[in-house]
Amino acid sequence: MIDAVGNPQSVLVMGGTSEIGLAVVEAFASDRPLRVVLAARKSDRLDAARARLEALGCAVETVEFDATAPETHTEVVRTAFAGGDIDVALVAFGLLGDNEVAWTDVDAAVELAQVNYTAAVSVGVALGKRMTEQGHGAIVALSSVAGERARRSNFVYGSTKAGMDAFYSGLTEALRPAGVHVTVVRPGFVHTRMTEGMSPAPLSTTPEAVAAIVVDAVRNRRELVWAPGPLRFVMSALRHVPRPLFRRLPV
Amino acid sequence: MPNTSLRGWGRTAPTRAHVVPVRSAADVTAALASAGPRGVIARGLGRSYGDPAQNAGGTVLDMTGLDRIHSVDADSGRVVVDAGVSLDTLMRAALPFGLWLPVLPGTRQVTVGGAIGADIHGKAHHVVGSFGNHVESLDLVTADGRAHTLTPSDDLFWATVGGMGLTGIVVRAVLVLHHVETAYFTVDTEQIDNLDELMARQSVDDEKYAETVSWFDAVTTGDHAGRGLLMRANHATLDELPPKLRAHPLRFDAPQLLTVPDVFPPGLLNRFTGKLFSELWYRKSPTKLGAIQNITQFLHPLDVLGEWNRGYGPRGFLQYQFVVPLERGDVVRGVLDRMHAAGQVSALNVLKRFGEGNRAPLSFPRPGWTLCVDIPVNDGLGPLCDELDELVLDAGGRHYLAKESRTTPEAIRRGYPRLDEWRKVRDAADPTGVFTSDMSRRLELTS
Repeated sequence: MIDAVGNPQSVLVMGGTSEIGLAVVEAFASDRPLRVVLAARKSDRLDAARARLEALGCAVETVEFDATAPETHTEVVRTAFAGGDIDVALVAFGLLGDNEVAWTDVDAAVELAQVNYTAAVSVGVALGKRMTEQGHGAIVALSSVAGERARRSNFVYGSTKAGMDAFYSGLTEALRPAGVHVTVVRPGFVHTRMTEGMSPAPLSTTPEAVAAIVVDAVRNRRELVWAPGPLRFVMSALRHVPRPLFRRLPV
Repeated sequence: MPNTSLRGWGRTAPTRAHVVPVRSAADVTAALASAGPRGVIARGLGRSYGDPAQNAGGTVLDMTGLDRIHSVDADSGRVVVDAGVSLDTLMRAALPFGLWLPVLPGTRQVTVGGAIGADIHGKAHHVVGSFGNHVESLDLVTADGRAHTLTPSDDLFWATVGGMGLTGIVVRAVLVLHHVETAYFTVDTEQIDNLDELMARQSVDDEKYAETVSWFDAVTTGDHAGRGLLMRANHATLDELPPKLRAHPLRFDAPQLLTVPDVFPPGLLNRFTGKLFSELWYRKSPTKLGAIQNITQFLHPLDVLGEWNRGYGPRGFLQYQFVVPLERGDVVRGVLDRMHAAGQVSALNVLKRFGEGNRAPLSFPRPGWTLCVDIPVNDGLGPLCDELDELVLDAGGRHYLAKESRTTPEAIRRGYPRLDEWRKVRDAADPTGVFTSDMSRRLELTS
């Protein structure tokens, strides 16, 4: 159960090796050790993630999860909930991909769409169902500013995040009567494995900073947050810039 | 399908459950038969601060419709009541017979079932003990749907007293009330300059008073830290009443002036307003002996404001209440110092000395000092409370489950060493775990 001061007892990370996902778990665990379920493909990185959280006193379980196999997702979520209620579920998996490959190669484009959108939807449906049954809980979906307005430089990724973002924004409303709280998080450029070697955009941030925003959002039951916060104003301006001008902006 | 959002009096941590109104023991049996895998808990008037009367995804029985007073015997003081009757209703019915509920907590908006489940205490604890001490028998519907009449010779009776509703559903109880001549108190109020003096003063002459409590100011620092009001009272006799009250000495004199609207912003209670409130509260009552006061004035000053919990804004608040052994009164000071250092404001602080505890394994009161502070929920409160938990538990103290909303299963295991003994009795009565609540899941009270 999430208690009166907003501490969860159990957290599920869909995409259990996600740096932002793990930073969120660590932020919650810094107040109090948790039961953590990491859903990811088996890998050394997953073992390392487990060890890192166990060192903080967390009890960690892992569940095999393949984002490209949506037909398995109901079962994956069921297994993740088998050990007891899940108080907070993070939807933290995703691929950035190479935009120039993705918009010219069918397989690459479909993979991005499947992982970032289709899987996010199937996982969201399964999580919503389980949390409705348990009568409480919070789902945190890691979206992206890239979904807010597609740019030439990463529009395939941006389009998948736009779809994912719209789905979870709708899920926020749909699950509200069931007592399940959904938060959509829109980070900007985050220094992670995913963005390694790329030149950082303005207002770039770190997984730890995003995690602090997520923890605050869960505690205060916020439905939409930006990371960092000022991106909200930058993006609401950019959203309305006319195309001929937008095209020329260095974004 | 879960369909009603429920939360405690602290307005934190809402969850949804299927709420079933019950009007009879048969309704309870029927509800148990149709309960789903997420179990059942009873709920009365929702005055517990945290989550003991919530059951996310499961069934919550609304007991307030089970509200008949079956009999009042003026001679023996024995009353037979349904579990959903509020203490307020019961007092109004019993006072004309010259009967007084010996245990009254800070509000009368508590049901008899809830009073048993939390084994509530009042300002008279040092003399009369807690609520369970005044229950002659109770009817409990257990997980199999059958009703049992339990008396203090049954282990299940004592597991139910203080058992937070996890042994079954109390549907009826026989209580024994005290005889009084009037509904008024003769009150001695002393304005005392600091906490040490307050605690020293509260430690003498305790046996001369039926009711004792002190309210103090935790905002002021320095030499006057913990300045407060020690208030002690006895039931007024007819002779002690002024002539205008003598005509109706048993009148239920408990005014409520206004209801607090639900419009408060977060952060309303801050250092400034806390200081202002503390100043007013301290100044309002200079030292005065032998004053005649009504029920609201002495016992329930906050009942003057209906829905006063709204004053804490949307994130709600928590009450931190603990008891430590008498020789560890220093913990009271330690807790206040830590709160102050962390910048947390509690406007109203209640200090009381408990007398002997009873046989119930999960009953909260034991001989010692009990402190209760109200704190609005804000960032940083969680870690502070975890620190306070350590102070309390290291001193051999424990937390009050009716007000608990954020501690750990480990803290409860340490504070209640008889937890396993209670579990054994509970599990025998409910082998498949029908009775469960958000609190029992959060604190791992049941397995």
